[in-house]
Amino acid sequence: MLRRSRSAFASIGFTALAAVSALTLTACGSGAQGGSGGNGVKVGLITKTDTNPFFVKMKEGAEQAAKDNGVELVSAAGKFDGDNAGQVTAIENMVNSGVKGILITPNDSKAIVPALEKARAKGVLVIALDSPTDPQDATDALFATDNVKAGELIGQYAKAAMAGKEAKIATLDLAPGVAVGVQRHQGFLKGFGVAEGDPSIVCMQDTGGDQAKGQTAMENCLQKSADINVVYTINEPAALGAYTALKAKGLEKKVLVVSVDGGCTGTKAVKEGKIAATSQQYPLQMASQGVKAVADFAKNGKKASGYTDTGVTLVTDAAKTGVDSKDTAYGLEKCWG
Amino acid sequence: MTATPLPYEQLKGPTTVRRLLTTPTTGPLVALLLACVFFSLTTEQFLSGGNFSLIVQQVMVVGTLAIGQTLIILTAGIDLSCGAVMAFGSIVIAKTAAESGLPPLVAIALGLAVCAGFGLVNGLLVQLIPLPPFIVTLGMLNVAFALTHIYSAEQTITNLPGPLTALGETFPLGNTDITYGSLVTIALFLVFAYALSSTSWGRHVYALGNSPEAARLNGIRTSRLTIGLYTLAGAVYGIAALLLISRTGVGDPQAGQTDNLDSITAVVLGGTSLFGGRGAVLGTFIGVLIVGVFRNGLQLMGVASIYQTLITGVLVILAVTVDQISRKKAR
Repeated sequence: MLRRSRSAFASIGFTALAAVSALTLTACGSGAQGGSGGNGVKVGLITKTDTNPFFVKMKEGAEQAAKDNGVELVSAAGKFDGDNAGQVTAIENMVNSGVKGILITPNDSKAIVPALEKARAKGVLVIALDSPTDPQDATDALFATDNVKAGELIGQYAKAAMAGKEAKIATLDLAPGVAVGVQRHQGFLKGFGVAEGDPSIVCMQDTGGDQAKGQTAMENCLQKSADINVVYTINEPAALGAYTALKAKGLEKKVLVVSVDGGCTGTKAVKEGKIAATSQQYPLQMASQGVKAVADFAKNGKKASGYTDTGVTLVTDAAKTGVDSKDTAYGLEKCWG
Repeated sequence: MTATPLPYEQLKGPTTVRRLLTTPTTGPLVALLLACVFFSLTTEQFLSGGNFSLIVQQVMVVGTLAIGQTLIILTAGIDLSCGAVMAFGSIVIAKTAAESGLPPLVAIALGLAVCAGFGLVNGLLVQLIPLPPFIVTLGMLNVAFALTHIYSAEQTITNLPGPLTALGETFPLGNTDITYGSLVTIALFLVFAYALSSTSWGRHVYALGNSPEAARLNGIRTSRLTIGLYTLAGAVYGIAALLLISRTGVGDPQAGQTDNLDSITAVVLGGTSLFGGRGAVLGTFIGVLIVGVFRNGLQLMGVASIYQTLITGVLVILAVTVDQISRKKAR
């Protein structure tokens, strides 16, 4: 029994050590985060995940804007793309910590609504960044890319690049029911001038915007019809996945790949000719305008409202007449990630 | 002492203090209290009734899953399917009530039955074929995940009838608003704590976890007990499904994707041994609160969420280390 009780003491010692080391980590963490404080106004930023470069850039923009406007930024993220519960928890904690406004890229446009309504009922300004909620008026304002336009631009580009050749189109989409993906997809078809269900669309696959899944999707599409010559992709990781699959079949020079995003990796891929053209969007703009809106709200009580287009630019090194575009030098200057 | 250690609860120490020290729940409780003290000192908003009520709300879903997970881990099993089964249950409840027009209470009962059914299948496969719980529940994780997405057609279900979200409503206690769902979770923990520590069924669960063979030779019907435990765990996931709906107000097919590992984390942080036969369900409650307190406290401090993950990881490894060392010394 003596030995047992000693081991019990040891176990408690270990636990205390665990707690202490965890709290030390916390202290380090908070030290690293500090320094952006200001006049006591807090702004919350909740991204879909905190690993995607898009959101890393968004956070950078928010941090810079927080410094410029003299407010404090607190941030959180879902654990995975689609994690609604994690975002709800973050909203509640931020409201409890007394934030003046919350900027959020919702993981689930519908499921997040009740939590946002509760926050707004407590007087918090809520702004959606990048993707709207459903209904859109569940937030005070939306700062986002016009995703239909982003799709339209690459659709028009692809149409011009095909120069009348018969198209066999594959679309590598996001996931069913996600607004961003649906809007880009529809924009692309509109820009290309084909209707949903047109026989020229030979393959449609979901990729979740993931490179590995994009590759698998493209491989499967090529199994289905080897003569695909236009590939629309939801984002550049999916496009690069598709490129890998095309290259394995020796088709990379024969197939036109277009995408949306304008991340630095993706823009470089445009420069290297792996992707023909991409619609570049500006997450930094979304976040910095969002932070500014909350700072203004704290100053004069005026709430931002409605939709603000944060802009989109077609980036390609093989410009086509009739389609406005910028080259990759411009794209690389403005890219994110 | 025999080669197989007895459940800790059965060891009578000479004094109350020693008994307290040998309980695997004591360490986690100390860690939880230290964390609470730390966050009370570093943030103004932490120490309030409203904030504690919020933390309990935030952990009630994973906490309820972790009750079922504790039952299975006590038998030296593991359940990777719990979050996916819960998600499927929540879609069944939401969809049948909101779209197929079943009366809400019938929809809820159906959801509970479906979840219990998943548990039953898990239990039958584990016990009768027999297959390792890890593999069975890994398979079931995928089955339930796929069914969730097929049945929901990937659509979030909104406009739920009132009774489905009733548990998310609050009542005032002093200045603090408390959700009914939090009470359900706490009540479940108390019921299972009592059943495991003070009924013969509870004794049998610990005996089974320590040594199925010895339990069988002592006249415990281990096969029935195991299948029953998996089924019961499934039914508890069904309750978690209802709590999930009441918390978010929607039926969300993306829900619960990391909840299996989160529930295992809570069980381990609460001092229950992955080797079975040792631990307590109230420890799991402490474990889930540790995760909730760190998440909330760090957020109030303005620490980025990735540090929560880092700290949770460190705590899990330390908790398992403590378990392993004290098991060795106990031999």
